[in-house]
Amino acid sequence: MRYRLLLVAVCLLFGWTAQAQEKPQAYVGAEILPITGPPIPNGTLIVHRGKIVAVGPAKSVTVPADAERVDVTGKVLMPGLVDSHSHIGGTAGGDGSAPLQPDARVLDSLNVRDAGVQKARAGGITTVNVMPGSGLLSSGQTLYLKLRSGGTIDELLLRDEQGTILGGLKMANGTNSIRTAPMPGTRGKSAALFRELFVKAQDYREKIRRAEGKPDQLPPRDLALETLVEVLNGKRVVHFHTHRHDDILTVLRLQKEFGFRVVLHHVSDGALVAKEIAAAGVPVSLIVIDTPGGKLEAVNSSIGTGLALEQAGVLVGFHTDDSITDSRLFLRAAALAVRGGMSREKALFGLTMANAKILELDKRVGSLEVGKDADFIVLSGDPLSIYSKVLQTFVEGVKVFDRSNPKDYLLAVGGYGASHDQVMHLDCYDDGGDQ
Amino acid sequence: MINRVQGSGFRVQGLRFLWLLALMTVTAAIAGSGQCLAQDLAVRGETVYTMAGEPIRNGVVLIRGGKIEQVGPEKQVKIPAGYKTLTARVVTPGLIDAHTTTGLSGYLNQPGEQEQVEKSAPIQPELRALDAYNARERLVDWVRGYGVTTMNTGHGPGTLVSGQTMLVKTKGATVESAVLVPSAMVAVTLGGAGFADAGKAPGTRAKQIAMLRAEFIKAQETLRKQETATTEDKKPTRDLRVEMFVRLLKRELPLLVTAHRSYDILSALRLAKEFNLRLILDGAAESYLVMDEIKAAGVPVILHPTMYRSTGEAENLSMETAAKLIHAGIPVALQSGYEAYVPKTRMVLFEAGAAAANGLTLAEALGTITMQAAKILGISDRVGSLEIGKDGDVVLFDGDPFEYTSHVKGVVIEGVLVSEETH
Repeated sequence: MRYRLLLVAVCLLFGWTAQAQEKPQAYVGAEILPITGPPIPNGTLIVHRGKIVAVGPAKSVTVPADAERVDVTGKVLMPGLVDSHSHIGGTAGGDGSAPLQPDARVLDSLNVRDAGVQKARAGGITTVNVMPGSGLLSSGQTLYLKLRSGGTIDELLLRDEQGTILGGLKMANGTNSIRTAPMPGTRGKSAALFRELFVKAQDYREKIRRAEGKPDQLPPRDLALETLVEVLNGKRVVHFHTHRHDDILTVLRLQKEFGFRVVLHHVSDGALVAKEIAAAGVPVSLIVIDTPGGKLEAVNSSIGTGLALEQAGVLVGFHTDDSITDSRLFLRAAALAVRGGMSREKALFGLTMANAKILELDKRVGSLEVGKDADFIVLSGDPLSIYSKVLQTFVEGVKVFDRSNPKDYLLAVGGYGASHDQVMHLDCYDDGGDQ
Repeated sequence: MINRVQGSGFRVQGLRFLWLLALMTVTAAIAGSGQCLAQDLAVRGETVYTMAGEPIRNGVVLIRGGKIEQVGPEKQVKIPAGYKTLTARVVTPGLIDAHTTTGLSGYLNQPGEQEQVEKSAPIQPELRALDAYNARERLVDWVRGYGVTTMNTGHGPGTLVSGQTMLVKTKGATVESAVLVPSAMVAVTLGGAGFADAGKAPGTRAKQIAMLRAEFIKAQETLRKQETATTEDKKPTRDLRVEMFVRLLKRELPLLVTAHRSYDILSALRLAKEFNLRLILDGAAESYLVMDEIKAAGVPVILHPTMYRSTGEAENLSMETAAKLIHAGIPVALQSGYEAYVPKTRMVLFEAGAAAANGLTLAEALGTITMQAAKILGISDRVGSLEIGKDGDVVLFDGDPFEYTSHVKGVVIEGVLVSEETH
């Protein structure tokens, strides 16, 4: 125990989370799937201070003299997976007191020590959009996270250059958000409530514009409308839960009327309206499950939807919707889509780069390219094979999951205590304390 | 392990005739199945997993009159003239889902097609799966497309004693034409999932076992009265509920106990020992904690789906449990189970694949959804392997059956090509 306390103290001394190494690290010998380029059979990836500094065939990449070499011969190395729709961290579905709650934030409700967060790392997920639920028309603001090792939400946040915490806004139509009063009872009413909210937000924005920065002329602060103004100004993307063909078209109609940026989520009837989605230039965050959708509006959920959307030219990312599907099985979404006819290239793109674009983080994550964050995973084989395992997960150059570590192994396969909240996940502690 | 149809009004022998009759009269009813009449078939495969010995390279399975006539390497087995030939990369026996509610629960998840649990009373073993199975349910069609040809389906977890299960083939437009064993098991749920609504019994684990013991003691008394009655009129009057407990006491059929927590599993073993019951453990998320006890009791396990959600009482499940149990010598079959939300059924093919990726060999994993399942369900004389005299139930794949990127290319039940679509 005293030894452990000492180790924790050491961890604290060098910073709470493990830091990216000062020396460059060179991962050599693996097949590298950069995603934005063709597979590299014998590749070298060099990372330094959390960033990718070189990637390419072993022959053409020079390993710096001071670099730490990591031999990953026989393994497959690809970008960390990006999940564009998840519910990890024990966040609530939504506050049932009213149908529209754009002021509520996942930020204020997520437990980063929840076992599900480490299970996501075990599944190779390094960036995730954590969403509130679909039981309300809008259950609140979503949160984009980097799954860095950390015991507080702040350590996992993604921020833009101005320091703004990144996330979107959840909206939902169809049957989940149709309930008894005060919720809408029909699709027509649902759409009307959305339009009313957007009209109010337009009015609010106009009042702010007219105030020309004069504090006494500004309208009183309204947290819900402020969020919607961000949406109208293109600063916050709407993540819209929608299954049925007509509900999908309703989202596109709202989008056209109010001009916000939107991602269609789930999209069970995607094959029926693929042309319309493509024409609107709207991306899709697709769920792929191996069985029927479990409700009327999801009855057309199919492993073939990815193919239909790909053929129409739609940008398709996959999501876990954890706990609808387990984050540890995220690779499966792409594999099943390939079973349904989607191309291997687009399916792997859908786990990584497509979602990076969907979350507008494509300059930082989603592919293995020089200058991007060193978020990558080491796999035992082909990412689309059921027999392959995520062996290690790295975020910004720091290992956050290692299957050879007994604690991580427990999370990866399950077992006694595997679903309890994590007391603490410190690589520094784990690597030194238990071995 | 399960006695066939005793005194329940069904004769399996007669069913085959009924099946043929039904086929001749309602051929159009089996939508999308292409041809419906059993014909002589030769199924060729680059790899044939017979599940009775090593896989055969370049093998062939001959099916005549719905039964397997010959199995072996192509060089040794001549395909007679007039046999329709099907060819695939990989051929396996028809898959068996050892526990599901498919056919009672439906594809659309709507009221009216959710017949797997009756909440009106905690103990209702008299509820028969036969009276609730929709042979035309789209979900049956769905699982068949992914290779499932035999299911143990019926009343599911959710009340202390929810009812009976039955064994069916995923064929036919009526339950009569599908059924193999009309009364296969009595389903019991221990732990939280088997509690009644607040304020009603059972609300605790101890009460669950007390209620079950009381039922078996009552059945013992009934049995004694039946055996000691000197004349017909002194025999106890019929009681459908008691009758089922009597049948369990007589070991005519097993008790299927869904229990995830290790201590609930031990309670099931204790109950089975006290009343000398045939027991099959179901779900059994924490079974890896009590393997010695399960093995000593000689009890098989119909394990939760490998990729089942690790929440609630199943929070401690492991994807390696199938491997642990099998390597400890405990018979294991996999199931699709039942979940209230998504998915509406799991595919045992994928669940076995995940088990293969977590400690089982391909053959061991395939066994959990073929021969081992057939043995646990007591129908290994009919299904589970490709052997002469068994039912001509075959699945055709275009690659490793467990790879997500492979496809099911065809499904044959008793010599009838029931699915030709690619899944």
